[in-house]
Amino acid sequence: MNSITSSPGAGVISEWSMQKEQVIEKINALLIDEFEIEPEQIIPGENMLETLEIDSLDLVDIVVLIEKHFGFKVVTEEMSDINTLNDFYEYVYRKMAA
Amino acid sequence: MRQKRFGQPSIDMKRVVITGTGIYSCLGSSIEEVRDALYQGRSGIVMDPLRKKTGFRSGLTAKLERPDLKGSLHRRDRARLAEEGEYAYVATVEALKNARLDEDFLANHDVGILYGNDSSAKAVIESADLMREKQDTMLLGSGSIFRSMNSTVTMNLATIFKLKGISFTISGACASGSHAIGMAYLLIRSGLQDQIICGGAQEINAESMASFDGLSAFSVRESSPQEASRPFDIGRDGLVPSGGGATLILESLESAKKRGAGILGEVVGYGFSSNGDHISVPNVEGPAKALRLCLQDSGLKLEEIDYINAHATSTPVGDMKEAESIDQVFGDVKPYISSTKSMTGHECWMSGASEAVYSLIMLENSFVAPNINLETPGREAENLNITSRTVEKNLEVIVSNSFGFGGTNASLIIRKFRD
Repeated sequence: MNSITSSPGAGVISEWSMQKEQVIEKINALLIDEFEIEPEQIIPGENMLETLEIDSLDLVDIVVLIEKHFGFKVVTEEMSDINTLNDFYEYVYRKMAA
Repeated sequence: MRQKRFGQPSIDMKRVVITGTGIYSCLGSSIEEVRDALYQGRSGIVMDPLRKKTGFRSGLTAKLERPDLKGSLHRRDRARLAEEGEYAYVATVEALKNARLDEDFLANHDVGILYGNDSSAKAVIESADLMREKQDTMLLGSGSIFRSMNSTVTMNLATIFKLKGISFTISGACASGSHAIGMAYLLIRSGLQDQIICGGAQEINAESMASFDGLSAFSVRESSPQEASRPFDIGRDGLVPSGGGATLILESLESAKKRGAGILGEVVGYGFSSNGDHISVPNVEGPAKALRLCLQDSGLKLEEIDYINAHATSTPVGDMKEAESIDQVFGDVKPYISSTKSMTGHECWMSGASEAVYSLIMLENSFVAPNINLETPGREAENLNITSRTVEKNLEVIVSNSFGFGGTNASLIIRKFRD
């Protein structure tokens, strides 16, 4: 992943990794609590629109959720590259790290 | 073969029956609870001090909690339902259950929905506030538009229950619920629909009632909230805003018999008119015309009417005009009269439907609910047989009146079903 190859040192890498873990945890918690997804639907490597049964209206609400809990506004064009939950975790993490 | 209406050629008109009812009101959240409250003459009115703090002239309102639908409805459906949609949903679930109309039936028949509603104020205000704060439409959420539209109730319920028949919202101010039932009756009678979910819904939040309060239309008898709504009483000083949801399942007699449904009553008359007069002050001629047309439509004689559920909202002028219109039409015939708004307050867009439900409860349980708080009738009501106490009586035929801003009037006649 780009963030690891560009990181300055081992201590900072683990700090960034932990932050990424926190981002993943937070996203999963939001999906379960606020989006009312069943925990077994969280399959990071699969197409998230299918596993989470998300439609176009849900994507609108995901934008709202991210702004509320992560403090940044999703750019719609950037979402088109996101297919799996892993892609989504990475996207949010990068935005947070920027 | 039914009688002619307004001189039109006779067509083979179907009989229209009611096979299920549901209610979510300040008197109770089920038909059984409401039946007990009506019989006991219990009031659902309370004082809300927060309204006074935020600039209301009257802090009186109905005691009504929003239902908790988590677990009953998917997140998406809940996000799209405004307050009044929640009430309508709960009432409709009860009505469908009572009518024994399940998912399977709805999937295989073209059941329609005609619901009365005339605002979704809070949803609109919340979106506007969020827009001012965020300055970005993409942060309003996907549910916003579906909560905000005038047809929010029917669009959501048609989606949730997967309905395939006619679907739209009827906005006729405080006659919305009655007109919804009336329109459903006409469609089923003409054979265009076999089953229609009809009703009325009303949000009760402060935002939706603010401009109404600004007309000084509400009672300020805040020291005794349960005595504030006093239709026909000489001491009445205004209405009390209220709300909730009420649903009736109307269907053709053939459809009801075919599936062995229980029948609660039959809709036999619908009359309507407009006053052609002041936007908020009623006259006598308009309501009297609606009442006459309703009677004509039913083919019934005045003497056959056992009870009139009056519109009477506890306003000084409105109650007087209705009393005069009833007196004009009925003359020496004196059916029992009461306004259940004495207990519920004015349920506005819901009231025509809820009062039809209350009337059906009385029909089924053989009692006339009291017009509570009637201590001294106003002069114009002295000639009428308005009861301030519960009367145990077998009822066969009832009339229900609803009138609204803009002078829109609706009268319905419901009778006990006789094969």
